[in-house]
Amino acid sequence: MSSHAHSAPHAMPAPTGFISKWVFSLDHKVIGIQYFLLALAAVCLGIVLSVLMRFHLVWPSAHLPFITGGQMTPEQYLALVTMHGTIMVFFVLTTAPQSGFGNYFLPIQIGAADMAFPRLNMLSFWTTFLAFVAIIAAFFVPGGSPISGWTAYPPLSGLGQVTGPGEGWGQTMWIVSIALFCGASLMGALNFIATIIDLRAPGMTLMRMPLTCWGWFVTAILGLLAFGVLLAAGVLLLLDRSAGTSFFVPASEVVTDTLLNHKGGSPILWQHLFWFFGHPEVYIAILPGMGVASHLLSTFSRKPIYGYRAMAYAMCGIGFLGFMVWGHHMFISGMSPYSGFAFSVLTMAIGVPSAIKTFNWLGTLWNGKIQFTSPMLFALGFVSLFISGGLSGLFLAQPAVDNRLHATYYVVAHFHLVMGVAAIFGIFGATYFWFPKMFGRMMSEPLGKLHFWITFAGAYCIFMPMHFIGIAGAIRRYADYTGVQYLAQFQPVHKFMTIAAFITAAGQLIFLWNFFWSLKHGAKASDNPWHATTLEWSTATPPPHDNFGGHYPSVYRGPYEFSVPGVTEDYVPQHLAPQEVPRSK
Amino acid sequence: MPIASVNDVVEIIEPKRGGPSGPSKPPRGFGGGGNGGGSGSDSPGRQRAYVTGMTVALGGILMFFMALVSAYIVRKGAGTDWRALIVPRILWVNTAILIISSFTLSRSRRHFLRDDLQGFRHWWYVTTALGFLFLVGQLIAWRQLNAAGVYLASNPSSSFFYVFTAAHGLHILGGLGALLAVAFHKGRRMSLATSSSVVAMYWHFMDGLWVFLFLLLTLGR
Amino acid sequence: MHRDLRIRDLRSKGSAATPALLALLITIMVVATVYVFAANLYPAPTAITAIGEMIDRQYDMTLWVTGIVFILSQLGLAYAIFRFRDRGQKAAFTRGNNTLEVIWTSATIILFVGLGLLGRKAWGETRFTPAEPNAIQVEVTTNQFAFNFRYAGPDGKFGRIDTKQISASSGNPLGLDSNDPAGKDDIVVPTLTVPVNRQVELVLHSQDVIHNFYVRELRLQQDAVPGLAIPIHFTATKIGQYEVVCTQLCGLGHYHMRSLLNVVSDEDYAAFLKASAQ
Repeated sequence: MSSHAHSAPHAMPAPTGFISKWVFSLDHKVIGIQYFLLALAAVCLGIVLSVLMRFHLVWPSAHLPFITGGQMTPEQYLALVTMHGTIMVFFVLTTAPQSGFGNYFLPIQIGAADMAFPRLNMLSFWTTFLAFVAIIAAFFVPGGSPISGWTAYPPLSGLGQVTGPGEGWGQTMWIVSIALFCGASLMGALNFIATIIDLRAPGMTLMRMPLTCWGWFVTAILGLLAFGVLLAAGVLLLLDRSAGTSFFVPASEVVTDTLLNHKGGSPILWQHLFWFFGHPEVYIAILPGMGVASHLLSTFSRKPIYGYRAMAYAMCGIGFLGFMVWGHHMFISGMSPYSGFAFSVLTMAIGVPSAIKTFNWLGTLWNGKIQFTSPMLFALGFVSLFISGGLSGLFLAQPAVDNRLHATYYVVAHFHLVMGVAAIFGIFGATYFWFPKMFGRMMSEPLGKLHFWITFAGAYCIFMPMHFIGIAGAIRRYADYTGVQYLAQFQPVHKFMTIAAFITAAGQLIFLWNFFWSLKHGAKASDNPWHATTLEWSTATPPPHDNFGGHYPSVYRGPYEFSVPGVTEDYVPQHLAPQEVPRSK
Repeated sequence: MPIASVNDVVEIIEPKRGGPSGPSKPPRGFGGGGNGGGSGSDSPGRQRAYVTGMTVALGGILMFFMALVSAYIVRKGAGTDWRALIVPRILWVNTAILIISSFTLSRSRRHFLRDDLQGFRHWWYVTTALGFLFLVGQLIAWRQLNAAGVYLASNPSSSFFYVFTAAHGLHILGGLGALLAVAFHKGRRMSLATSSSVVAMYWHFMDGLWVFLFLLLTLGR
Repeated sequence: MHRDLRIRDLRSKGSAATPALLALLITIMVVATVYVFAANLYPAPTAITAIGEMIDRQYDMTLWVTGIVFILSQLGLAYAIFRFRDRGQKAAFTRGNNTLEVIWTSATIILFVGLGLLGRKAWGETRFTPAEPNAIQVEVTTNQFAFNFRYAGPDGKFGRIDTKQISASSGNPLGLDSNDPAGKDDIVVPTLTVPVNRQVELVLHSQDVIHNFYVRELRLQQDAVPGLAIPIHFTATKIGQYEVVCTQLCGLGHYHMRSLLNVVSDEDYAAFLKASAQ
C-alpha cells in the first residue's frame, strides 16, 4: 500500500450544520453517543419501573399518586414486568454495550476512519429510535402496555384483548417495536462484521485485536443469526393476532366461556423460535461486557491479558454453543424430555468457556500491579458478579433440578446477576474508562468510587436473597402474595430487597450527576490518561472527525503489551514502530 | 539490563509464542487487515466491504427464511388440521422466469467483465424485466388462490404459502430496486463493478431461495 | 506533562483502603451466603416423593460443587485484589500458560458435563419413565385462573369433552358432553385428592393460555399447554395438604391461581370418591 493512501484526507469532511452533525450524523462516534444516550434514557425508565415493582410487592395497597385509581392493579404490575424486561433487554443491554460503545470504539480500535457503511449505521440508529418510540407508545394506547412478559408466550399474547388488558393494542405495539428493533439490529450486525473483516489497519490481524473488538465481533455474528429468527416469529404472531391465522394459537380455545375460531397452532413453536433468538440474546448482552472487562483488567493490572488466544476462542465457543442451548428455557414446557436432556448437557458444556474466561481474568490479576480506578472497580465487580450468576446457572441447566427451581425467584436472581447487573457493570466500566476519550474530560473519581460501592453492595443485597427464597419456592411474576399462602413467609426478605433496590437506584443518581457534571466541569483529559495501549489512545482527545486526523496508524503488536521488560514505560502502544519504543538503558 | 539492539527489543516485545504476536512489521496489502478504512471511497477495502456486507446480509436473510421454514415443518407435523395446498400452475412459469433471469444476469456480468458495457446494459435490462414479470406472476397466483376461496387464514398451509410468497416477493421488490439503481448508475461511492457484482449475488441468492421454497411448497406440502 | 502526572497519581494512588474494602465486601458476601445455606435460613419443605428426594440429592450435589467453586474463586479474587494492589512494584510480564489452560479446561469439562450427565437419572425418573398401568388417572384442566381435576368415576372411563358446552357459569367448566353416558359419573372438583403411596398420573390440559402445575413438595413442575395433553406422574409418600400453584404467566389473575393437593389415606380417599360421586 502506498503512503499516499495512508495520508489521504478523509473522503467526507466534517459536517458543519447542527442537523447533519448531531441528528442525522454519519459519524460513527456521534451515532455511538446517540445510542448511548438512548440507552441512558431507557435504563432510567427501566429502573423506575423496577422500583415501582419492588414497591408494589412490599406495599401492595399503598396509594400511588400517578396511577389511575390510586392503587396498582395486578395487570398494571404485569405491565411493569413486561415493559421492564423488554426495555432493559433490548434498549439497554443490547443497545449500550454493542451499538453504543461498539459503534464509537470499534472503528478507532481497529484503525478505521468510520464503519463500513455510515448511512446504514445512521438508518440503524433511527430505526432503533423508532422502535423505542413504539415501545413507549405502548404505555399510552387503550388497554395499556402488554402483560405477557418480555417472552410474550402465545396464546396469552396471540388472542388480543380477551386474554387481558394490554393484550390488545399494547401487545401489537410491542410486536411492532420488536420487529423494528430486529431490523435495526440486523443492519448494525452487518455493519460491524463488514467493518471488522475489511477495514482493519495494516498490521491489525484478528489476533492483535483488542478483546473488546472480539466481543463486538462475536456479538454481531450472534445478532445477525438471531434477530432474523425473532423477526420471523414476530411476523407470524402478528398475523395470528390480526389476520386470524393459526401458527401459534391452538384450536378450540375457550376464553371466559367463549369458543374462539382458531385452528391447531402450536404454542411451543413460538417458544422454540423465541428462545432460538432469546438465548443468543443473553450472550449479545454479556459478550461486549466480557470484552470490556478483559480490556480493563489487563490495562489496570498493568499486565498482558492472561491467555489472549484462550480468551478469544472462548468467546467464539460461547457464541457457537449459544445457538445450541435454547431448549434449556423449555424443560417443563411439554417439549420432548429427551431433547431436554440433550439441551441440558450442551448447557453444562457452555459453562466451560465461561470458566476459562474467569480463570484467565484471575490469572491477569495475579502478580499484577492493580490500580483501583473507577473503571477497574467495575471490571472487578463484573468478575465477581459473573462468577456468582454463572455458577447459579449450573442448577437451572439440569432439567431435574429445574423441576424444582423453574419460574421461581431463583431464576430471576440468576439472570439478573449474570446478564443484567454484570452487563451493566461492563457498561459502567466502559463509561468511566472511555468518557475522557469521548468528551475530553475525566469523570470524578471519588464520585465514581462512591457509585461503585453503592451499586456493588446493592446488587448483591438485592439479588443474593432472591436466590434463597427462590430455592424455598417463591414464585416470580406474581402481582402480590395474598393468593398463595406459603408465599407470605418471604415478605420480610422482599422488604429487605426492596429497600436495597431503593438505595441502589438512588445511587445511580450519583452516576448521572457525575456524567453530566463532568461533561462541563471535569478535569481536562490528556490523549492517553490511563497509559493504555490500544489505538483509540493514540489519537487526539476527543478524536477528530476522521478519527486519526488524516493519518492512519499501522499496528506492530498485540493489544496488551504492559510491563514489557526492557522498556521505559510500563506500556507499549500498538501503533509504535519497534524503533520508536523508548528503551531503558 | 544491558543495552539491547533494536532487534533484541523487537524480540522482547514480540515473542513468537503464547500470545497475540506476529511479524514485527505490519503486513502490507491483503492478509493482515484492510487499508485503514477511510482512505478514499474507492479504496479496495471499502469495495471489499460491500461484498462482505452483502454476504453477511444474505446470511441474515437466510436465517429469517429458515425460521419460517422450520416453523412450516413443525407446524405441519404438530396439528391435525393441515390440508395440502395445491399451488397454482402459474408458479411453474414464474419459477422458470426467475431461473432464466439468473442466466441473463450472469450473461450481463460476463459482458461487463469483457468491458462490453452495451451488452452488459442490455442483459441487465432483460433481467430487470424478467424480475418484474416474476412479481406480476406471483400476484396472479395470489388472485387465482383468492378466486378459489383460499385466503391467508383458510388453513395453515395457505397461511404459510402467503407468508413465504409475500416475504420473498418483498425481497425481490428490493432486488428490483437495486437492479434499477445499478442500471442508472452514476458512479459515486460504489464502483459499477462492485455494485453490479453485489446486486448479482443478491439476485442469484433470491433465485435459489425461491427454488427451495417452491420445492418445499410443492413436494413438502 | 504536569497535567498528565496528576492524572497518573489518580490512577495509582497507593492507598490500601480501596482494595481492602473491596476484598472485604466480597468476603462478607461469601460468608453471608455460606451462612444462609449452612444455617438453612430459608428451608424448602421436605420432598414428599422418592423422585423428589432424588432431585434434592442432585441439587445438593450441585450445591456442593458450585459452592466450593464459588468460595474458592470469590476468595481468590478478593485475595488477588488485596495482595496485588499497586504498591509501586513491577507487574510480572506473562502472557499466560498453555498447560494451565489445558488443565482448567479439562477440569471444568469433567466437572460440569459430568454433573449434567449425573442429572439424567432423576430427570429420567420424572419424564422418561411412563406411569404404571394401574396408576390413578386424574385429568387436570386449567383455565384463567383455576384448576379443575376430573376423576373417571366408578366406570373408570372419562366422558367425552365438547368444547361448545364449556360454561363455567352454568357449572360445566370442562364442557362434559351431556350425551355421553361415560361422563355421567365423572367427578370434577377444584382440588386434587390422592391416596398416599399410590402412583397418580395427571394429564394436563389447558382451555385458553399456557398454565402450569407446580407443587413444591413434589419437586414437580409442568406446563399445561392448550392443544396438548401432557402426562406427569408422582407417588406421594406423606399425608398432608399442599398448595398447587400456577407458575406460567397466564394473565392478570396469575398470582391467585392456586389449588390444593390433599394426600390422604386409602380410607379417606375412598370416602372422598364416595362423597364426590353424590
